Amino acid sequence: MSGKRGLFFRPTLALWQREMTRFVRQRSRIVGALATPLIFWLLIGSGLGESFRGAEVEGGFMRYFFPGTVVLILLFTAIFSTVSVIEDRRDGFLQGVLVAPVSRASIVFGKCLGGMTLAAAQAALFCLAAPWAGLPLDGAVVLRLLAALLLGGFALTALGFVIAWPLESTQGFHVMMNLVLIPLWLLSGAFFPARAGLWTEWAAALNPLAYITASVRRAFYGDGADLGLVPSFGPAMAVTLAFALVMFFLALRAVRRGGPESR
Amino acid sequence: MSAAVETNDLGRNFGPRTALSGVTLSIRAGEMFALLGPNGSGKTTLFRILSTLLAPSAGRARIGGCDVAGEAMAVRHQIGVVFQSPALDPQLTVEENLRCAGNLYGLRGADLAVRLRAAAGALGLSERLTDRVQSLSGGLQRRVEIAKCLLPRPRVLLLDEPSTGLDPAAREGLRATLERVRHESEVTVVMTTHLLEEAERCDRVAILHRGRLVACQTPAELRGRLGTDVVVVSGRKPEALAARVREMFGWPMSVRGERLRVEVPSGGDAAGRLVSALGRAADSVTVGRPTLEDVFLELTGEPLRGEGEA
Repeated sequence: MSGKRGLFFRPTLALWQREMTRFVRQRSRIVGALATPLIFWLLIGSGLGESFRGAEVEGGFMRYFFPGTVVLILLFTAIFSTVSVIEDRRDGFLQGVLVAPVSRASIVFGKCLGGMTLAAAQAALFCLAAPWAGLPLDGAVVLRLLAALLLGGFALTALGFVIAWPLESTQGFHVMMNLVLIPLWLLSGAFFPARAGLWTEWAAALNPLAYITASVRRAFYGDGADLGLVPSFGPAMAVTLAFALVMFFLALRAVRRGGPESR
Repeated sequence: MSAAVETNDLGRNFGPRTALSGVTLSIRAGEMFALLGPNGSGKTTLFRILSTLLAPSAGRARIGGCDVAGEAMAVRHQIGVVFQSPALDPQLTVEENLRCAGNLYGLRGADLAVRLRAAAGALGLSERLTDRVQSLSGGLQRRVEIAKCLLPRPRVLLLDEPSTGLDPAAREGLRATLERVRHESEVTVVMTTHLLEEAERCDRVAILHRGRLVACQTPAELRGRLGTDVVVVSGRKPEALAARVREMFGWPMSVRGERLRVEVPSGGDAAGRLVSALGRAADSVTVGRPTLEDVFLELTGEPLRGEGEA
């Protein structure tokens, strides 16, 4: 009974379930994660629509900005599902999980699966509006899209976990969100296309969020469309997978080391 | 019978600061054991090491024969940990919290259902299973936390300041619960506390001061260390009272606040002599056996609680 290795499957499932129940009971989170990007899309999309010209934004800015908005929903939902880690670890639920004979990987995995499910579900809900933005949905698009949303959601939740774990307070988290994550999103091609030869090209090439945005955009547009510097679906997914794995192992290492009060 | 919890020359530093040093103690199976000390005494550090949340920087600690640092998973199978702020999800109901906790220990299905009903029944929570935890009082939340910890039938229950945030009635209820649980489940109970009345009811008390273990005995043995009665004289000018007592009787004494504590072999006799000697200068004269607080003061040279602390 007292094995050296911790339990994995049942705890992972229990932790995932907990994320689902919490989310359903906190209606403000549903509104915040879905409504804010929707308003961004409507206001910014229609307001800036006339000022944007170029091959990549063919079909209007509302269409160009749609995949970017999907990524923003992913980002908000995934990241905010990890804010609870900060308080949970110090004086809440997570303390009890850490002293249970649970594999540390299951603690990270349960959280990431939870964040992934919530983020992908909310983003998918928004994607139902894609046809109105001039992005038709068919079987192939939906499959690619689901794959991109699930993988992107997992990667972003793991990123949120890595950021949240060492922090002492939620204020620090909001600083990270505003100073790092939103700029990364802005430079990911979600808002405007990166142009060859400019610094934005490098910013996009080195930006993990750019590959998530690319995979969502390619899911809608297909690999045939001329999207300038945007990578094809396969490579974009491959980079996102690599990013997700790196974040997962960084999160796992952080949990194994203990919190900031252990040092 | 081997010890349930054993530490050997245990120490922990945080950078240059020593939080715990050279602590060696052995807690027997089935014992109710208190780690007593004020804030900063190292008791929380010791608690965190025993809960596998913090690695020791020196020495070792074993629970059920397993090393807390090297065999953390094996230790986690044997302990239930009750934190100061309950490790519950306030958004979830009592039942959902218990179910989730059971799942973390690999419990499921009919076995979990049976244990869940039993633990809820034992802690008087049967009627509260569908309530959200956030709607419960502090005392009830603590009970949910204890029920949660009992599900996997731990051999050692570790509690961090279990009375904190509870009103006197809830404290009394908690104490009765722990006493019952200990007899029914044959669990070893180890709690940190800065409350004397809590320590007083334990089988043995370890007194920690500035990261060191200064005593580890039964409450009676600890009080016996002073071996005298204590007469407390209160009055508005304690220093003046002390001067007169010193001059007239030469007994050992100390002044704290408006109170003068005098240690004498026979309290009743001394009290009578003090009343007639001091007259109206003393507001009251009381006789008592030394308390753990007196012992703490004697051992460490400092009062257990700071000014204004309850």
